[in-house]
Amino acid sequence: MAVDTPGTVRAPYRRTTGVRLGLWARGNGWRHLVMLVVVAFALFPVMFVVSAALNPLGTLSSAQLWPSGASLDNAADLFRDTPFATWYTNSLFFAVTNAAVTVLFSALAAYAFSRMRFRGRRVGLLGLLVIQMFPQFLAIVAIYLMFTNIGEYYPVIGFDTRWGLLLVYLGGALSINTWLMKGFFDTVPKELDESAQMDGASHAQVFFRIMLPLVTPVLAIVALLVFIATINEFLMASVFLRDTDAKTLGLGLYQLVASQRNANFGMFAVGAIMLSLPTLAVFWFLQRYITEGLTAGAVKG
Amino acid sequence: MVASKSADSAGASGQGAPARPHLPGGRFAGGGSIGGQLVRIALLGLFTALGVWAVLPLYVGGNWWGIGLVVAVVGLVYRVYLSRRTVPAKYLLPGVLFLVAFQVLPVLYTMSTSVTNLSDGHRGDKQQAIASIEAYSVTSSADAEEYTLTVATTGAPETGELVFLLTDSEGDTYAGTEEGLSGLDGATVEPSGKVTEAFGHTILSPAQVNARSDELQEFAVPTGEGTGIRSSGLSTAFEGSATRVYDEACDCVTDTATGTVYHADDERGAFYDESGERLAQGWQVGVGFDNFARFLFNPTFASSFFTILVWNIAFAVSVTFLVFVLGLAIALTLHAPRLRGKVAYRVLVVLPYAMSSLAMFLLWRDMFNTDFGLFNRVLGLEVDWLGDPWTARAAVILANVWLGYPYMFLVATGALQAIPRELGQAAQIDGASAWQSFRHVTLPLLMVAMTPILIATFAFNFNNFNAVWLISQGGPFSPDNPTAGATDLLITYTYRLAFNEATAQYGYAAALSVMIFLIVSVLSVISLSRSSALKEVD
Repeated sequence: MAVDTPGTVRAPYRRTTGVRLGLWARGNGWRHLVMLVVVAFALFPVMFVVSAALNPLGTLSSAQLWPSGASLDNAADLFRDTPFATWYTNSLFFAVTNAAVTVLFSALAAYAFSRMRFRGRRVGLLGLLVIQMFPQFLAIVAIYLMFTNIGEYYPVIGFDTRWGLLLVYLGGALSINTWLMKGFFDTVPKELDESAQMDGASHAQVFFRIMLPLVTPVLAIVALLVFIATINEFLMASVFLRDTDAKTLGLGLYQLVASQRNANFGMFAVGAIMLSLPTLAVFWFLQRYITEGLTAGAVKG
Repeated sequence: MVASKSADSAGASGQGAPARPHLPGGRFAGGGSIGGQLVRIALLGLFTALGVWAVLPLYVGGNWWGIGLVVAVVGLVYRVYLSRRTVPAKYLLPGVLFLVAFQVLPVLYTMSTSVTNLSDGHRGDKQQAIASIEAYSVTSSADAEEYTLTVATTGAPETGELVFLLTDSEGDTYAGTEEGLSGLDGATVEPSGKVTEAFGHTILSPAQVNARSDELQEFAVPTGEGTGIRSSGLSTAFEGSATRVYDEACDCVTDTATGTVYHADDERGAFYDESGERLAQGWQVGVGFDNFARFLFNPTFASSFFTILVWNIAFAVSVTFLVFVLGLAIALTLHAPRLRGKVAYRVLVVLPYAMSSLAMFLLWRDMFNTDFGLFNRVLGLEVDWLGDPWTARAAVILANVWLGYPYMFLVATGALQAIPRELGQAAQIDGASAWQSFRHVTLPLLMVAMTPILIATFAFNFNNFNAVWLISQGGPFSPDNPTAGATDLLITYTYRLAFNEATAQYGYAAALSVMIFLIVSVLSVISLSRSSALKEVD
């Protein structure tokens, strides 16, 4: 080894292959073996979907684990035969807008809960926990009936519109995420915003200029969670968006394989990859926050 | 490692903060900077405009309660954002408004719906039911007014509510819905009287009209006491008088053609004749706790409900357990200093979590397909995975473990890193085996951090609609009970009752929702009271 002090002379020692293998297995070798199995388990569906997307025949019955050929026919079919671009735009619209507004609303509320003492604070925090137990989608029947009425007065936010569903999603803006954020806000030293207030900052300036930059990791993680949840949301969307052009990509893909499962599988596979790309991208950009953000909530518990 | 790095960067910007230019305004100036003031005025202006926009249709529709509500909300917003004393409310209001409107109100509405018989055939009040009974029974008389009919809808061509666009002999146009007849302005009318374009309506093509001809048969526009407009064929409609007439004196409907008398039953919300036959159009009435009694005590419904409940709990428990074990095992395997390729392993193992779960559920469903699926082809089997109750259950659990373990892995990795390695080493020096030091030192520490996550995972999977709906739609169904499938969770069962059955049973579905809420609350309260999460609130 390079760090060996000069002068010491090591006796030449050669390990036999068997001994080396044994040492390897007792050290980190078994870890590699286990991981190999795990990685195979993790990857085979992903490989299958990629291979099916490239499969020139585009059917489920001809798709293999390993691509038998490479063609972009499926992608071309998807763009030609379905309103794919519209679906995709709809999905991204919901995911991005909901994530952005939820982060803003949640951060505002978390700031109040973390930094201010007011009547109803404790009730509010506990109330947020209680309302979590009644997930919004359990009230889907009521929401459906509500929007049947709302849609008559305001067609802009009725069924088959983006704004209506977005409003419903935003009803879940304050949630367990607000707790996660509040926990993180609590870790920022109070002296920072107090000194800024002494310098004449208003509460809004403290929030936007001092707090927000310090809590970026938790903002990122909440944005990620909301983004993923929204882009994969099916229940509400299926009740709200029935018109083909109003559908999200997830609903569109569901419809695509609901009728012609075998024949449309290639197109579905392309769509599945396209639907996963934004999530993968968000993961990639936010990866340094992920472990920290997820465990921040965990350790607080 | 990751944590410390970004904590450093956070600290750096924290030290940088005081170095920024002096913020204008005195301490507690309240108003803040001029820019802030402008933003506030602009937002309030925008909100006022929104309020005016919201009031207009309500005013046209004469909905005074709605107007009152809008005015109250706008007033509340003004009070909060113009006062200097309501600082916390300024931060809470945006989220709380949405929370109240689209979560708290729907929950309360669900609870109130759960004690009614709201369903297809019991939608409106009694007056509406009478109006539609009379309109449906309309038959043509000799001097009936005839209209040229164009069928349109306000929603999607396949499912939206039907509207009759009617042109009378003088060329005036009307729009007729189930509620009644109203004038229609600005429609483009052909010489034949057919409407080709009307604002806010989608004209159905002949093929689309044909597809909905059954609905058309039953569609009628009430126009007054005992009269209504119905279609005859696809392009004409006539106004006629009803054969079924309501008489207030006896609170009954008499069929003038057959002489049958249907008496109103205000407890069941429909008109019944002597032999117990009812008219299809009923109205909504309170039924107390009948809906709850139905799935708790009615033998058929109760057996569906309790079978589903048991599987629901088993599903959530087994997914949570398997995901935890697998995630933790992987985290422990990778928890070794100087393991080569650690980063690559991590990325690959987390990949399922980064894929779109919606698409992946559909993918798993197709991999389990009997004729074309990957599993049967690779393994050379002919198993109908989703057709047998037990393989279908295993399939749903397997797909969920695949999607769920990366999250547990991430959390477990974070928690493991927070536990000092020395603790385990000390135990081993004292003579504990690797297993013992894990079991008695690492695991208890780990569980402190993981318990809330496990509770959350359990609660999430308890209501994991996508996991079941997208893979098996709750099936397979046994022939003797076509409403409750082997893999049905309570939430998919509820969804099917409300939206996927021939007749929508909203009241019953709402009662089930309330029941799920009660079950989840009880489970959460028990588990939360065991952990220390609630002590945080001070």
